[in-house]
Amino acid sequence: MIRVEGLSKTFSDGFQALVDVDLTIQRGEIFALLGPNGAGKTTLISVICGLVNASRGRVLVDGHDNVRDYRAARSLIGLVPQELTNEAFTTVWDTVSFSRGLFGKPKDPAHIEQVLRSLTLWEKRNSRLLELSGGMKRRVLIAKALSHAPQVLFLDEPTAGVDVELRREMWEVVRGLRDQGVTIILTTHYIEEAEEMADRIGVIRRGEIVLVENTHALMHKLGSKELTLQVDEPLEALPESLAGHGLALADEGHALVYSYDAARQEGGSTISGLLADLEAVGVRVKDLHTRQSSLEDIFVSLVQERRSP
Amino acid sequence: MKRLNLQSVKTLYLAEMARSMRTILQSIVSPVISTSLYFVVFGAAIGTRISEVDGISYGAFIVPGLIMLMLLTQSVSNASFGIFFPRFSGSIYEILSAPMSYVEVVVGYVGAAATKSLILGVIVLVTARLFVPYSIDHPLMMAVFLVLTAVTFSLLGFIIGIWADGFEKLQLVPLLVITPLTFLGGTFYSIDMLPPFWQAVTLANPVVYLVSGFRWSFYGISDVSPLVSLGMILLFLSVALAMVGWIFKSGYRLKP
Ligand SMILES: Nc1ncnc2c1ncn2[C@@H]1O[C@H](COP(=O)(O)OP(=O)(O)O)[C@@H](O)[C@H]1O
Ligand SMILES: [Mg+2]
Repeated sequence: MIRVEGLSKTFSDGFQALVDVDLTIQRGEIFALLGPNGAGKTTLISVICGLVNASRGRVLVDGHDNVRDYRAARSLIGLVPQELTNEAFTTVWDTVSFSRGLFGKPKDPAHIEQVLRSLTLWEKRNSRLLELSGGMKRRVLIAKALSHAPQVLFLDEPTAGVDVELRREMWEVVRGLRDQGVTIILTTHYIEEAEEMADRIGVIRRGEIVLVENTHALMHKLGSKELTLQVDEPLEALPESLAGHGLALADEGHALVYSYDAARQEGGSTISGLLADLEAVGVRVKDLHTRQSSLEDIFVSLVQERRSP
Repeated sequence: MKRLNLQSVKTLYLAEMARSMRTILQSIVSPVISTSLYFVVFGAAIGTRISEVDGISYGAFIVPGLIMLMLLTQSVSNASFGIFFPRFSGSIYEILSAPMSYVEVVVGYVGAAATKSLILGVIVLVTARLFVPYSIDHPLMMAVFLVLTAVTFSLLGFIIGIWADGFEKLQLVPLLVITPLTFLGGTFYSIDMLPPFWQAVTLANPVVYLVSGFRWSFYGISDVSPLVSLGMILLFLSVALAMVGWIFKSGYRLKP
């Protein structure tokens, strides 16, 4: 649906915010662009939507070059910006209708009504924007973006500064849109959000896309699991017969840490084997717990990995 | 390139007009009051001393200049505010990401600003009628001058609204440039009332050509030939268009 090829952006102050970005967004997916503040998420979205001029490279939206064929490219896109705007005096209905007209679409009150209802804004349609709460204003921005029935929706940090309840609702709305066939690209620095929402995740750091993966594959590939066993009697050293399991002593001999990843689970060492071996050498396990690293850990490890030379 | 996207232009134009209409009362009341004051102060007080200029009663003589004064200041302030506001509020993203060409954006904003100042110009014209009788010798040319001036100075306002990075600057140009130039541009006097040296200096003031040409369309009298006036205003228009073209091409203050 969207192809970004060799895209670079250097701002007039010399700062390079995007470094040779290549990215393909599939039709109908939810794609999360995950990265810390200042990574270049907003800049990337802005280039695609025509708000920032690229220094190099190009963007195709459903095959339309976003510079040479900007009308066709832009009319497919809806954008929900990161920052709330503060036009105070227009009403919800007027501002959403305005957005539709701006995209060259004829008036369609039924569509506007449906959009407002889906975002629970219908009751507020005659309110002026200054009367609305922050969360409501953000919904209005989404409604504006949806007013011209875009095929691709960009949500720049849709849940930043939004309370948990509203965040859940927002996620529901996004899923509903995906079910209607809208391609969704959202940016976030909340790992849970990417993990929860996205079909695929792209990690961006200092203007570079460092990886793009299917969310599950990413978890599987990089996610490590750990089993921690609390033992009755502290151990001074690992018994020889346990060597094959790659254990580590922790907590001054009170605990054994067994880490395994997808590959090792299928290899020689198994948990049942380990437990049998422990039994054999007379180590009694008092308690145990497992931990699966979330994207958060993956994210941190990725960033650290790249930072060290 | 596709044809003009009329729906988008219409939407932008009407939204801008609606924004003006929200403050319509003050938009109309203030020029009506200030025009009346000008007539009381300049027409009544000074007019008793200067009974006629070039064979026209002083009250009637200042009518075209007053309309120009209103047209210039209103065009600049409407258009500059029109584009500055979305930049300031952040809603400009929507205009820039819409499938609209630069020409369409300019037609929407500048068209609305020019329309509003034309409406006010006509209101001033009607108000003036309450104070003095006047004739319009060349109504068609009057309309041409009116429209060209409104459009040109709305373009200038648009440029100022893009250049300004704060409310102070937004008001600085009208205050420091437009108003003095208008007052010194032969609004309230004929430039051959000035000493020769000041006449020459005055000819460097662009507003002189606007007022002179506009006054010619009323009474057939002018400081410079009406064709020169027309030529000058077309020149200003071209310069303003070129600057707006450059702004969009370079992305100046709009697209980093
Ligand atoms: N107009 C600009 N001029 C110069 N630098 C900019 C401009 N816009 C953004 N930047 C810089 O580019 C970097 C990326 O910004 P941004 O894309 O907003 O990051 P993110 O959205 O991932 O938080 C930041 O370091 C920011 O300071
Ligand atoms: Mg951002």
